[in-house]
Amino acid sequence: MDRVMSNKWVIAAYVLPALLLILVVVYIPIILTGYFGLHEWNGIGAMKFIGLEQYKTLIQDGKFWDSALHSFLLAVFSTLSLILYMIVAMVLASRIKGANTFRKIYLIPMLLSSVAIAQLWLKVYHPTNGILNSLLVSLGVPNPPAWLSDSSIVLYAIFIPILWQYAGFYILIYYAALKNIPETLIEAARIDGANALQIAWKIKLPLVMEVFKVTIVLAVIGSLKYFDLIYIMTGGGPNGASEVMASYMYRIAFNIYDFGYASAVGFFLLVISLVATFIIRKLTATKEKIEYA
Amino acid sequence: MYKKRRTLILLLSLCLMLLVAVGCAGGKNNTAADGNGGNDPGPAPVNNEGGSQPEEVTITFMHLWPEGISAGQNRIVNQIISEYESLNPHVTIKPDVLENEQYKNKLKILSTSNELPDVGVTWAAGFLAPYVEGELFTPLDDLLDSGLRDKFVAGTTEAYAIDGKTYALPLEFNIAPIYYNKAIFEQYELEVPKTYAEFKQIVETLTSNGIAPIALGNKDRWTGSLWYMYLADRYAGQETLAKAILGEASFMDEGLLQAAREVQALVDSEAFVRGFNGLSNEEAKSEFLNSTAAMYLMGSWDLPNFTTNTDIPQEFRDSVGFFKFPVVEGGKGDIDSWVGGPGVGLFVAENSPVKEEAKKFVQFFIEKWGEQSVTGAGVIPATKVDTSSLDLPQLYLDLFNEMNNASSITLFADVQMDPAAAEVHLTQIQALFGKAVTPEEFSAAHDEAVQIEEVPEE
Repeated sequence: MDRVMSNKWVIAAYVLPALLLILVVVYIPIILTGYFGLHEWNGIGAMKFIGLEQYKTLIQDGKFWDSALHSFLLAVFSTLSLILYMIVAMVLASRIKGANTFRKIYLIPMLLSSVAIAQLWLKVYHPTNGILNSLLVSLGVPNPPAWLSDSSIVLYAIFIPILWQYAGFYILIYYAALKNIPETLIEAARIDGANALQIAWKIKLPLVMEVFKVTIVLAVIGSLKYFDLIYIMTGGGPNGASEVMASYMYRIAFNIYDFGYASAVGFFLLVISLVATFIIRKLTATKEKIEYA
Repeated sequence: MYKKRRTLILLLSLCLMLLVAVGCAGGKNNTAADGNGGNDPGPAPVNNEGGSQPEEVTITFMHLWPEGISAGQNRIVNQIISEYESLNPHVTIKPDVLENEQYKNKLKILSTSNELPDVGVTWAAGFLAPYVEGELFTPLDDLLDSGLRDKFVAGTTEAYAIDGKTYALPLEFNIAPIYYNKAIFEQYELEVPKTYAEFKQIVETLTSNGIAPIALGNKDRWTGSLWYMYLADRYAGQETLAKAILGEASFMDEGLLQAAREVQALVDSEAFVRGFNGLSNEEAKSEFLNSTAAMYLMGSWDLPNFTTNTDIPQEFRDSVGFFKFPVVEGGKGDIDSWVGGPGVGLFVAENSPVKEEAKKFVQFFIEKWGEQSVTGAGVIPATKVDTSSLDLPQLYLDLFNEMNNASSITLFADVQMDPAAAEVHLTQIQALFGKAVTPEEFSAAHDEAVQIEEVPEE
């Protein structure tokens, strides 16, 4: 078997189909997007080469930077909420009653499509008949906020369903990682007199740190390119208050027909994501790797 | 144990393969059924004249009247399609139905990859322009010249013409009145307003009684644009507004500024439903339909919901009336001036493989649509219809008569402007209603947007 696998032709035969597919579907479109970004183009007619003009406009585009700030805020909130997910996963992974049921409950939002979630939360946030405001009114709040039309809170209101949507995914990852820790280690610590908190902090956390780092990268990149729920729920509005980079790109491409500029935004988004990944990798690099003893 | 597992895996993969195979076969069967046209199970060639069998043709037709939202129109479209198919057995019409906003998006996406449907629905003027520039729509003047021109109400096809060629044929002609709930008005002893001062009085009475005066879903933005346009028309006069939209006059005009100020005054007096900037038009409409909001400014395309649509309770439909946007004291606009214009029209894709067949279908559709849309859906068509012999809802007839008495009709701003300027207009509308900009900033942004567009043409 090893001999077969070290044959160059066999390697090529196994790797090539997937490689070709990923080239055609992922890398070539990326290059094309960057190329379109050098043009003035309405998506329908002829393209006109203008060099780096679009990128220069982009740097000075206040609306773009507003949307970038919103994307960045989403990334920060997603990363912070990872801590919460980790705590939930730790509780679930210790032997508590009904852990399986809870795990399923947390996972269910993952099974819904973004469109369904958006519709669901539109009902929750409805200014007069929504569950949330009905509840607030019955609790005696006279004038509950109109969540999705108040530009000072819409951004945060929309983060909640996004974080809720992905909670199950991260909890599941952490749960699996925590379950991977050998019971003997924890047993040993318990015999040495460590309490639950100490075990969690000193033993469990370091051992799942690698997984944690990966999820940070996932959360940040996922946030930077986030689109669907925001587009459906607010369309980036009111007045751009919940606009993120991806919805801004969409607006330019499909409302204004400026595909050249939209491509530039898209390419810039990719660059930002790459830089973010690089920075996170640098920040979270540890010299000594902790492994199961 | 090991062996058992292997058999299990084998069995599972077999099942999977079977599933895939069945799925594929099913798909093929479906397409085959589609190809047969569905409604003639017998041998197809029998109906043909002269014995020569025309080639089987499939025309894809994308439209925006889903059954759930526009039941009347949906029924008529299906009727026309099946009628056409039975008259032309070799033709199959394959409809693709989407809701308004989704329709717009899909059309744009398809256009970028040059995969437009053979026949589709488009809006006039600014919306149409990029498609025409990209040579995606085919001119339909030959259809007009072959006798269709006389069928249209004068002036309706012009909005679809660019450089003397007509690229789509209109189906509807719309104006936007303010619909109101008579039951609510009676309850609070309100009269239909003649002047804007009376209108504001009504708003005040309703808010003080805890009723939302106006249903407005400004997430869609063009809905708010209607309010601004009417106020602009009433304050500055139709001429000034029309010129400003075309970039021939400044939005800094005192009347237009006053209109923007008045929008914010309405917002301050809580005239619109709560959270209107985050509500879609459909959501806002449901507040009007549920009688939680008293008034609703919308195009005449919504008439069927207030007349013939049986999904909506008869009691509610009976209690809907409409009035013209009131006049402002000292304003330049008169009460018979409307915001409106041709609604949607049909286009034929330039690179459609079945262009001639598609054109024939469009002609057939336009002719049939005229009479049927009046009786079946209560839509005001762009073609001439003699309503005197038809049994029509009073609300419809009243609005129809108003339209004939109109002193002027200003085309919806977002339709008239080109896409980039329209986007600025719509964003600014949402900002104006959300009080994120001052009326002066609002006007300045418009001036900039409309004038930038002038540059390449000079």
